[in-house]
Amino acid sequence: MVKTTLKALCGGLVAAAALGVAPAHAGKTLDAIKSRGSVICGVNTGLAGFSQADDKGNWTGLDVDICRAIAAAVLGDGNKVKWVPLTAQQRFTALQSGEVDILSRNTTWTLSRDASLGMHFAGVTYYDGQGFMVPTKMKVKSAKQLKGATVCVQSGTTTEKNLTDYSRANGLNLKPVVFEKQEAATGAYFSGRCAAFTTDASGLASIRNKEAKDPKEHIILPELISKEPLGPAVRRGDDEWFAIAKWVVFGLVEAEEYGITQANVDKMMNESQDPVVMRITGKSEDTGKLLGLDKDWMVKAIKTVGNYGEIFERNVGPKTPLNLPRGTNELWNKGGLMYAPPVR
Amino acid sequence: MSAAMPGRAPPKKREWSWRSGAFRGLVYQVLAVLVIGLALWFLVNNTLENMRARGIQSGFGFLTQPAGFDIGEGLIPYDALDPYWNAFLVGILNTLRVAIVGIVMATILGTLLGVGRFSRNAILRGLCYGYVELFRNIPVLLQLLVWYLVFTEILPPIAEPISVAGLFYLSKAGFSFPVPVWGLGQGLSAIGAVIGLAIAWGYRRWAQRQFELTGNARSLFLVPVAIVIGAALLGWILGGAPTAWSIPEPGGFVMEGGASATPEFLGVLLGLVFYTSAFIAEVVRAGIQSVSHGQVEAAGSLGLSRGQSMRLVILPQALRVIIPPMTSQYLNLTKNSSLAVAIGYPDVVSIANTSLNQTGRAVECIAIIMLVYLTTSLSTAAFMNWYNKRSAIKER
Repeated sequence: MVKTTLKALCGGLVAAAALGVAPAHAGKTLDAIKSRGSVICGVNTGLAGFSQADDKGNWTGLDVDICRAIAAAVLGDGNKVKWVPLTAQQRFTALQSGEVDILSRNTTWTLSRDASLGMHFAGVTYYDGQGFMVPTKMKVKSAKQLKGATVCVQSGTTTEKNLTDYSRANGLNLKPVVFEKQEAATGAYFSGRCAAFTTDASGLASIRNKEAKDPKEHIILPELISKEPLGPAVRRGDDEWFAIAKWVVFGLVEAEEYGITQANVDKMMNESQDPVVMRITGKSEDTGKLLGLDKDWMVKAIKTVGNYGEIFERNVGPKTPLNLPRGTNELWNKGGLMYAPPVR
Repeated sequence: MSAAMPGRAPPKKREWSWRSGAFRGLVYQVLAVLVIGLALWFLVNNTLENMRARGIQSGFGFLTQPAGFDIGEGLIPYDALDPYWNAFLVGILNTLRVAIVGIVMATILGTLLGVGRFSRNAILRGLCYGYVELFRNIPVLLQLLVWYLVFTEILPPIAEPISVAGLFYLSKAGFSFPVPVWGLGQGLSAIGAVIGLAIAWGYRRWAQRQFELTGNARSLFLVPVAIVIGAALLGWILGGAPTAWSIPEPGGFVMEGGASATPEFLGVLLGLVFYTSAFIAEVVRAGIQSVSHGQVEAAGSLGLSRGQSMRLVILPQALRVIIPPMTSQYLNLTKNSSLAVAIGYPDVVSIANTSLNQTGRAVECIAIIMLVYLTTSLSTAAFMNWYNKRSAIKER
């Protein structure tokens, strides 16, 4: 009796081992999404303007809109997204393990992440830089005055390293206090434990606006101490899906450049004689087919979230509480860095 | 020839059949080892295969690369350009610092509380009881957060700290206190203390033997303590009796001079000590109650005072019951110190988290954390087992 049970157990284990040894191949992400009927998108657990859930569980933000645009382009419906809120530490493992299809979570594009984490960045959706926030009453005007100060910081980001680089380069001897959760880091800063808080400038604006008792009591110092190009990333090994993510992002920028908006997209599709607009809207060439999508993939995306400029204005622009200037995120022909290769 | 050797029983015949219990046992053990080995191989191999397939680089080679991030506090000098293994070392030492100080403090506090449960004073008894019930029933993470909140929310900012005699400062930057400036005098004093300890140990042995031989009781506590202090003093005087102290002074952002315990360290330490000491108090109480009442009466009839009978008769016997559960409390305290990440104390978990994010080596960093806790726990357990054996009843 015991013998047979044991034998069965061993047999089962060996069989399981033999089956499982074959390396899990990358798989067709697009097919999986279509059969599942939703895109699984990894987002921030809560960063106003970028990804934030309201009390009804509706997600809004710039990063969120990128996922919606991709879902609309692929499935024709920007609401067919399953949101997976991720901490800074969970995000790469979640993407690598296949828990999410796309990571759209204010993630900085760096060499080491690109080359060694098994992921591809599908473009830049926000050009950011790391800054400092300090209480106004400290009367600090420049980050260089923070000599010896303690600085609250969230772990799991490029932020810690930038802070150290800046501290060394300027002989500031800054002391980091590292927290696992952003709420803990900002909480410690607002309680007065740290003289300064550091993260990406967009994040500072978001935190000051959302968490400070009075946003006027805190100022963001003028120095930007790093380059932080933020963008969505996909898992390696599925070039088709990588291309889709990349070109939806480019398409949104291209749409802004050619004046296609959420409001006029139908009209543009039917009436415009501009060959570029006709290509973007799928009126002339079938660009969607090349990506394995419907002909009107970009039309669906723009209808859902608008072009890049609209996404920016709606979530983080001057009319929002974050009040971030367009700055480097302006289109290339208006003095910014947003430049999309041609959709053709 | 050999079979004919006298005085030796013929070797037991091994029966290679399923009927032999020994044979079956052997087969089962070999099978079990095989299954465990296969399962391990499967896990490791599958992980490696998958990581390779997805272009994720792996390996411990990153440990020799420069870490590139600063650490808020540490026991050894550390620079951001030092390699990762050095950063890990800082984290491990921070973990050990909070664990060791925590264990010592929790043991003292817990023992006092446990003994206090037997006090004749009803208020003291009630207080000890209330303490235990309060602190062991609140989750330890919550206690950590509360202590941290006390430091960062309630205490005054660093510019206007609470000061005691201009020597000790308490503020949002933590607790600052004066320290002697390290020099020849302090070094000799430390050497003197070590030599004093050796002499005191020798004296104790001699005094004990004298007591057993002649019945003359000599002080086993005051004299050794005096020897240690005297030797340390002698070293200090030989070194020129330096009196220079580094005294903390509130600066703009930091305390200049002196030494400080950060709010993060204090938060973790106090949280762990108050939580664990409640359990230790219960362990001590149970240990004391396990000593039969006859022992107390016997000690009383020998003319020992209440304190003496506690110290000489009851506690040594209670120790045998106390040590094993105490060991697991020590292990718990050490492992609970990993909650420190919640309040920003740079322990090994915090350093590993940062390294994990800088390098993306998730499997490796988690493995290091596991290895560190496994090693500290096993060493603690080994030490306590040795101590347990030492204090067990010696049956002669």
